[in-house]
Amino acid sequence: MHLVLIALFVVPLAAVVLSYFAPAKAASPVSAVAGIASFGLCLALVPAASAGTQHALGTFLRLDALSEVFLLATTFLYATTAVFASGYLHISQGAEGQRYAKLFWGGFNLFCAAMVAAPIMNGLAALWVAVEVTTVVSALLVAIDGTDEATEASWKYVLIASLGLSLALFATVVMYYAGSSFFAGSYNLSFTNLLSGASHFSPGAVRLAFVLAVLGYGTKMGLFPVHTWLPDAHSEAPSPVSALLSGALLAISFYAILRYFQVTEKTVGPGFPRAVMAGFGVASLLLAALYLLSQRDMKRLFAYSSVEHMGIIAIGTSFGAPIALFGVLLHVLAHGAAKGTAFFGAGSVVRKFGTKDMEVVRGGASVLPWSGTMLVAAVLALSALPPFGIFRSEFLVVEGGLSSGGDALAAVLVVLVTVAFFGLSWFTTRTMLSAPPASGEGAGAEEVPARGEVSIWIVVAMVAGLAVLVLLGVHLPSDLASLLRDAAGQILPGGAK
Amino acid sequence: MGPVPSGYASGADVAALLVLLTEFAMLRAPQLRSQVRLYAFQSLVVVVLTAVTGAVRCHPDLYILAALSLLLKVVIVPALMLRLLRELDVGQLHHPAGGGGGSMVLVAIAVSVFGFFALRSLGFHSKILPTATLSVAVAVVLVAFVLVVLRSDVVSQAVGFFSVENGVSIVSMAIAAGLPVVVEVSFLFDLLVAVVVFGLIMRAHHARAGTLSTGALDRLRG
Repeated sequence: MHLVLIALFVVPLAAVVLSYFAPAKAASPVSAVAGIASFGLCLALVPAASAGTQHALGTFLRLDALSEVFLLATTFLYATTAVFASGYLHISQGAEGQRYAKLFWGGFNLFCAAMVAAPIMNGLAALWVAVEVTTVVSALLVAIDGTDEATEASWKYVLIASLGLSLALFATVVMYYAGSSFFAGSYNLSFTNLLSGASHFSPGAVRLAFVLAVLGYGTKMGLFPVHTWLPDAHSEAPSPVSALLSGALLAISFYAILRYFQVTEKTVGPGFPRAVMAGFGVASLLLAALYLLSQRDMKRLFAYSSVEHMGIIAIGTSFGAPIALFGVLLHVLAHGAAKGTAFFGAGSVVRKFGTKDMEVVRGGASVLPWSGTMLVAAVLALSALPPFGIFRSEFLVVEGGLSSGGDALAAVLVVLVTVAFFGLSWFTTRTMLSAPPASGEGAGAEEVPARGEVSIWIVVAMVAGLAVLVLLGVHLPSDLASLLRDAAGQILPGGAK
Repeated sequence: MGPVPSGYASGADVAALLVLLTEFAMLRAPQLRSQVRLYAFQSLVVVVLTAVTGAVRCHPDLYILAALSLLLKVVIVPALMLRLLRELDVGQLHHPAGGGGGSMVLVAIAVSVFGFFALRSLGFHSKILPTATLSVAVAVVLVAFVLVVLRSDVVSQAVGFFSVENGVSIVSMAIAAGLPVVVEVSFLFDLLVAVVVFGLIMRAHHARAGTLSTGALDRLRG
């Protein structure tokens, strides 16, 4: 199993080198193969992760059930997004096209490599480094199209996220201080050390470290009020990058917060970290639900939907009931698949209609018979309708809330999710299920795009995403269910070892 | 660890105060070039403090850290920033202080006082540096945030981010001196990568907007 873990760490890095130095034509198949191979390796690790904590390369890499859940979400998006991007990108033949392809695929693979590395790093410091690498690489990917909007979005992103991460660095240092009197002398911030010693740490320092970590990593996770970069970056990035940002990166940042959550729970008890998560969660959900009602830009709509789902995840974590935590982790997987599919569909619309303005796009589902229809399905999935996975996960979160005395919070959650559903479905049905504009309507009317798909690969990636969503919703595989149960157990007080 | 030697303790306090004063000077610096130079000076003070602490406290690890910081934060990063400014041919901004210079300093004084006392109330104790140094370092971080928030040009915002790191590195020296040096070095390396990326995006912004002011960054709303 150790070799599989090492392979999972190395494969995306090899893809970075290959896709940058190989001829531009080879870059997209190389990346797709690397993505699919990573997902395969990750699936192969499920039994080992359920069996207990695994180490590789000494104690440099570490895998447990909790990291495996986040690895699954990340590698699944790596695979599907690589396939999608092969169909989405239009690389021109000249030298400029070659340069763009090299930069895009090199950056794409490096971004994925850093996100795959983050959950298998053994320690808060290495985790911080991996997350910071995701920031700088993805900021360049956001800017890669070179438009005014993309440059603005990437500046806001790199500045706000880097400042957030400097708070996370502060959190790392304070967490080190919290343990220094217990360990007496030099120690490293490996999870083994932290989880074994956490109950003897200095409570004040751990509290400060937790709040700083939630603010710092919460910046990247998109929690209110430090989410402000998110709608800009998600809407202006190329669609494959938007899918990765929303489906995988936000989850990885949540993973970092969960690691602090584990330690904090052991030191000061579950009350304090749960209250912090509840506060940030409700604020994020409220903001996102209201903003979802007033968007014009399709990708911005999905970006606010990400803030909404991160709010749900934060609230679910604050309930603390095992069933709610199970729901939260399932939600991470289902949201990754649903949001990936939604951004793939948005990418298809952008390519077909040449705009993401929802006042302009009409008749999406008839012009794009496959990807348009699946986009509607993905939006229904995001709105937590059965038979998709998010229905199951939100149901479990609410059930956990009701069973653990969080009735009021669960009610707030249901109300706000309904508001969000209204915004999401209103705009999507208007653009996708309306009649396509008649050609030649008015003098300045744009030409009606011809009926037909942009690329078969976009359809393939979306089918994969929806298939996973239905699988998660209808029949949760038993191996996955036991993995999620183990991972949820680790977030409970006294769970992690 | 024995008690802090008094000469060293007051020296450390003076160094931390110098770092804080430099941060205030950066708030008001009208020229972007002088702001980058102030950052280089601030980093130099941090490097000296690191090296002296390494000598007094017998932490040879800190020498490695000091040497690398000297190379990166005092030489390479400022050189990269100055080259960028030279190439873009902008050293002077018309409206250096976006939100009114005086009120900016008042805000900065308020947050640094808050940081100073907030940290005291937490009761952190450093075995390496005097506690006052730690409180001042926290004030440095907060004032750097004020710099980023209130200055309206991309260079000041980037320099503000880099100086947040200076503040955090003093804090880290004070309360996490045992943090393995390889970790500290990877933090530094990360800073270098960030500088390169900041530079690329600043260049792209200048190429499109013809200015380094953030006034042009107002297309994305809601």
